[in-house]
Amino acid sequence: MALPIRAMSRLSWRNLWRNYRRTLIMLLAIAIGVWAMIFMTALLRGMVDDMIKQGIGALPGHVQIHAAAYRDDPSVSHGMPAPAVALLAVLESRQVEAWTSRVKVPAMISSEYENRGILLLGVDPDGEMALGFDTTDVIEGRFLHDSNDRGIVIGRKLMQRLETRLGKRVVVMSQDPDNAIADRGFRVVGVFRAELESREESIVYAGRDVVQTMLGIGTEVSEIAVLGHDYNTPEALTSSIRSAVASDREVLSWLELDPYLATMMKVMDGFVLVWMVVIFLALSFGLVNTLMMAVFERVREIGLMRALGMRPSAIVYQILVESLLLLALGLLVGNLLAIGTIILLKDGIDISGVSQGMEMMGASSMLYPVLQWPDLVLANTVVVVLGLLTSLLPAWRAAQYRPVEALGRT
Amino acid sequence: MSAISCTDLCKYYQQGDAVIKGLDHVSLEIDQGSFICLSGPSGSGKTTLLNAIGGLDSLDSGEISIDGERIDLMGKAALADLRLHHIGFVFQAYNLIPVLSAQENVEFVMQVQGVGTAERKKRSFKILQEVGLEGMENRRPAQLSGGQQQRVAVARAIVSQPKLVLADEPTANLDSRSMEKLMTHFRELNRTHKVTFLIATHDVRVMEWADRRISMEDGRVIRDELQQAV
Repeated sequence: MALPIRAMSRLSWRNLWRNYRRTLIMLLAIAIGVWAMIFMTALLRGMVDDMIKQGIGALPGHVQIHAAAYRDDPSVSHGMPAPAVALLAVLESRQVEAWTSRVKVPAMISSEYENRGILLLGVDPDGEMALGFDTTDVIEGRFLHDSNDRGIVIGRKLMQRLETRLGKRVVVMSQDPDNAIADRGFRVVGVFRAELESREESIVYAGRDVVQTMLGIGTEVSEIAVLGHDYNTPEALTSSIRSAVASDREVLSWLELDPYLATMMKVMDGFVLVWMVVIFLALSFGLVNTLMMAVFERVREIGLMRALGMRPSAIVYQILVESLLLLALGLLVGNLLAIGTIILLKDGIDISGVSQGMEMMGASSMLYPVLQWPDLVLANTVVVVLGLLTSLLPAWRAAQYRPVEALGRT
Repeated sequence: MSAISCTDLCKYYQQGDAVIKGLDHVSLEIDQGSFICLSGPSGSGKTTLLNAIGGLDSLDSGEISIDGERIDLMGKAALADLRLHHIGFVFQAYNLIPVLSAQENVEFVMQVQGVGTAERKKRSFKILQEVGLEGMENRRPAQLSGGQQQRVAVARAIVSQPKLVLADEPTANLDSRSMEKLMTHFRELNRTHKVTFLIATHDVRVMEWADRRISMEDGRVIRDELQQAV
């Protein structure tokens, strides 16, 4: 027979505080462990989320369409015509939040002092903004007005490298489909900043129609970028677009365009679980020790309870309730600490001191913790389940004591 | 339960090279409603016999039946149930749960039995009154004297109205008045509810209260006689 749950809980609660120092130390350990589980996971999630968004923003879009040979040779020779009726029907459907077409070719940019290899983007500015280009990133001047705009918008870092400035002229040179030089002068009308310095150095924006004219490609484009509603599930959108284009087009989701990012996303869930289990394993030694000591100190009392008629299973149950109370208290404090830390750091952690390292991974220099409720549930579940499993050994030990021997202990 | 029957009980302890005879071929028959004292010097086997009858200790050989059921063949769970519902224990060292109050200690067995809250509180309060601990219900064992703790232990043993009470030196820390009060209460239970008492004691005053006196020495029963109780 066992005590009713209320009496059991009262007995267990009071037993916890018999050695309050030991209990407080263990509570603190559990709370810090839980805090680490949740907070570090939130930081990791935030970092990966940022990397994915940066990556998708850099592509841009959840799905892209190219001519089949374009990705192997991203030159002007591998363009494609503007979208046909079938494709337009998909692009204008509810599956698609926004889309745009671009000319995207390697080129050379020269100022009066320097020159650099770049990626020339001929864009429709409205389309770019719909796909995520933030005009507040233009820190000097303005973004392009429309696809006929004759200005050019360059990155801050590129401006420094070229030793030029807003209002000055630069020359952009590339090749046309006949392999002849195609070049044009542009006035710098805007300077943009990016989270990744590499983007500031390598990408320039010009009007799409202007670039098409410069390259002599008519209305051909290099790329059509499509934004869906959820980056986690681009498969359906990819499939719809594939069925609407010719067979010599390559339609790829961001998962295929950036396999590194895709892998990051896939391993994240597994990594989070491993991380939590590792933290808990470190905690578990302390928990087992605490409970073993608690049982050892109460051998006589356990013998008494057996003598009075409590079954061995009830003794196990009582020790597990004690462990559960300890875990619950630790979880409460740990969860509050973690959530509080995440709220306090909602404006991000500036890690610009290691920004170059972060840039190599595709992450920005501001880390924003992202708390996802499945991670919260997982952390709490790991602690409770593994905590109770860990407590089985001391509980089982307690139930094995023979009443007469236990009663005889001093 | 109608009777306790002990047949050829043997229990040995190893102490280095020596073998100590805790019980050496002990046989007894005890009727329901008996009031028996076990006497003998320390190490005579009184506690060992009480523990064996209460199912707290195993035997090397022999049989014990309570109400016709062989308790020496019972498993741990069955023995726990037997102790819970039919046997009250008073230990030599009071053995109270230190984090529970006096009343909570008395209620402990009834809680495990599943007695309702109101009934439990009524009985525990009454029994604490009867053993002279009125007003001390909320005190924890550390706040009670040795004698008071012993009375709480006695109250715990009898509050659930067991059929058999096994008491090991129940009056060891009690003054004469308290001892008399306690023994009177025991006899009252014995006469009105036919509770069987088996009391191990050195105290001659306690022995005078018994109907039957069993003397033990070196694990053997050396004398078993009826007597006129006071």
